[in-house]
Amino acid sequence: MHDSDSIGIVTPQHLHFDSPLQLDSGAILDSYELVYETYGELNAARSNAVLICHALSGNHHVAGVYADNPKNAGWWNNMIGPGKPIDTNRFFVIGINNIGGCHGSTGPATINTKTNKPFGADFPMVTTIDWAETYVRLAQRLNIDQFAAVVGGSLGGMSAMQLSLDAPEKVRHAVVIAAAAKLTAQNIAFNDVARQAIITDPDYHGGDYYAQQTIPRRGLRLARMLGHITYLSDDSMAEKFGRELRSGSLGYNFDVEFQIESYLRYQGDKFAEQFDANTYLLMTKVLDYFDPARDYNNDLSAAFHGVKANFLVLSFSSDWRFSPERSRSIVKALLDNNLNVSYAEIASRHGHDSFLMKDDHYHQLVRSYMNNITT
Amino acid sequence: MIMTEITNTISPQLRPDFATIAAWIKPATKVLDLGCGDGALLRYLTDTLQIKGYGVEIDDTNILACLNNRINVIQSDLESGLSGFESNSFDYVILSQTLQAMRHTENIIHEILRVGKEGIVTFPNFGHWKNRLQILRGFMPVSPILPYEWFDTPNIHLCTLKDFEQFCHQHRVHILERRVMTGNQQTTFAPNLLGMLAFYRFTQRK
Repeated sequence: MHDSDSIGIVTPQHLHFDSPLQLDSGAILDSYELVYETYGELNAARSNAVLICHALSGNHHVAGVYADNPKNAGWWNNMIGPGKPIDTNRFFVIGINNIGGCHGSTGPATINTKTNKPFGADFPMVTTIDWAETYVRLAQRLNIDQFAAVVGGSLGGMSAMQLSLDAPEKVRHAVVIAAAAKLTAQNIAFNDVARQAIITDPDYHGGDYYAQQTIPRRGLRLARMLGHITYLSDDSMAEKFGRELRSGSLGYNFDVEFQIESYLRYQGDKFAEQFDANTYLLMTKVLDYFDPARDYNNDLSAAFHGVKANFLVLSFSSDWRFSPERSRSIVKALLDNNLNVSYAEIASRHGHDSFLMKDDHYHQLVRSYMNNITT
Repeated sequence: MIMTEITNTISPQLRPDFATIAAWIKPATKVLDLGCGDGALLRYLTDTLQIKGYGVEIDDTNILACLNNRINVIQSDLESGLSGFESNSFDYVILSQTLQAMRHTENIIHEILRVGKEGIVTFPNFGHWKNRLQILRGFMPVSPILPYEWFDTPNIHLCTLKDFEQFCHQHRVHILERRVMTGNQQTTFAPNLLGMLAFYRFTQRK
């Protein structure tokens, strides 16, 4: 079932926000809802809140399990809980689902009250800047002046950085894991292939597939299969699957023959049933758009001017999607601004997905860093 | 990595080398410690001089120790230089008892002077009489300060005071100050023969 040091049963909470959100794209979201979960207790000084930002396909269910689904542990359950690296005995941990998501916060599948239909393709493009604003508003509603820490991996790490840039006073520490200061052309290329897979699926219906009682299953499945390849390393795939055949002999056809095909198709199928295609499209665009240096002549150090947080930056040796070199450029910008920063490159064979995995050294680093945060 | 003792209790008595380095550092400056080990020196300098300190380390265990010591540490291989650090961005760059284990000696001294306004280097003096005596007897020296056997030593570029000073002369390095220690004591008489640990503070020769 779940490990003994799990936070146990958790319940998502909802908050409605009536003040319009002026989005980075120029569009306005008149009102919106955020779904979030909290673990641990907010202390009397309200100074021990830790915000967890999720990656592309993540959500607010970060730790613990649901009463009606005890097998569905949060996506970072190995990192967060009593006595774990992000210790809920010390910290009040908040998991949030970003707007544009598909797990309860306002997103493309939400009913647009103006039309009484799901937003679908009408849902405005969002960016990490918009998310950062929603984090600030959530903190206000919870009476939290400043997060003790904002923590995230991959896109979550970028979101944590964005909040430290946009609301320097709100972030005491930022833990940025397996992230980058912007996507490379190769990163964007992968994202666009994923988007094209979805958009060219006949069941996509220009984004308004909800009304057609269908989903672009094939496109989303392909997008996930592609994404999954980039989250793993060549070595870890070789180790896990090699050239192993499912039936032991070649079939000379296009059915599943190699174990890796079976694995990827299974992952794709599972994901296509659980995740909204429009959200997937949006999230990949959020990634593509993230580039805080863009407004500063591509000078990342200038972009970080005014940031106040202390940083822990972590990368993984086998992560080729957001390689250690990308993390080092973040570190350089922080150093240039005399900010407190520690950086570790963790030896790992699991590629980009390493940030989700349990690794002693990785977890020790996070634990040590978090232990030294005063609350 | 090299021969930095792991010390969590920091006192000048236990680490006379810390006190010697600290004497050269102005308060509230920005200090980079290359091969910073568990961060004990930076912890000491932070506590005594309120410096802004960063360490560079390659070893996983030391990185973790630095985090536990509340020291900023950047995991990086010194042999590949200091490309992650801006020129002239530190008041002092320290290389403490690590020079003798580095492959690219010239490059690291060059990098120290690019990134720091001043460099501070410490190393065990290979010219110490006990080392000379052991060689006279026909063996490679082994001592508390050079505790390795010839076959397992990480120390590939050992030098004497005279060697280092000649190196500085040849590489446009201007020595500002030198101090030679033997245990707690400063060695002023015949330092190349009697001194165990050498400390140099230097800058770029104009």
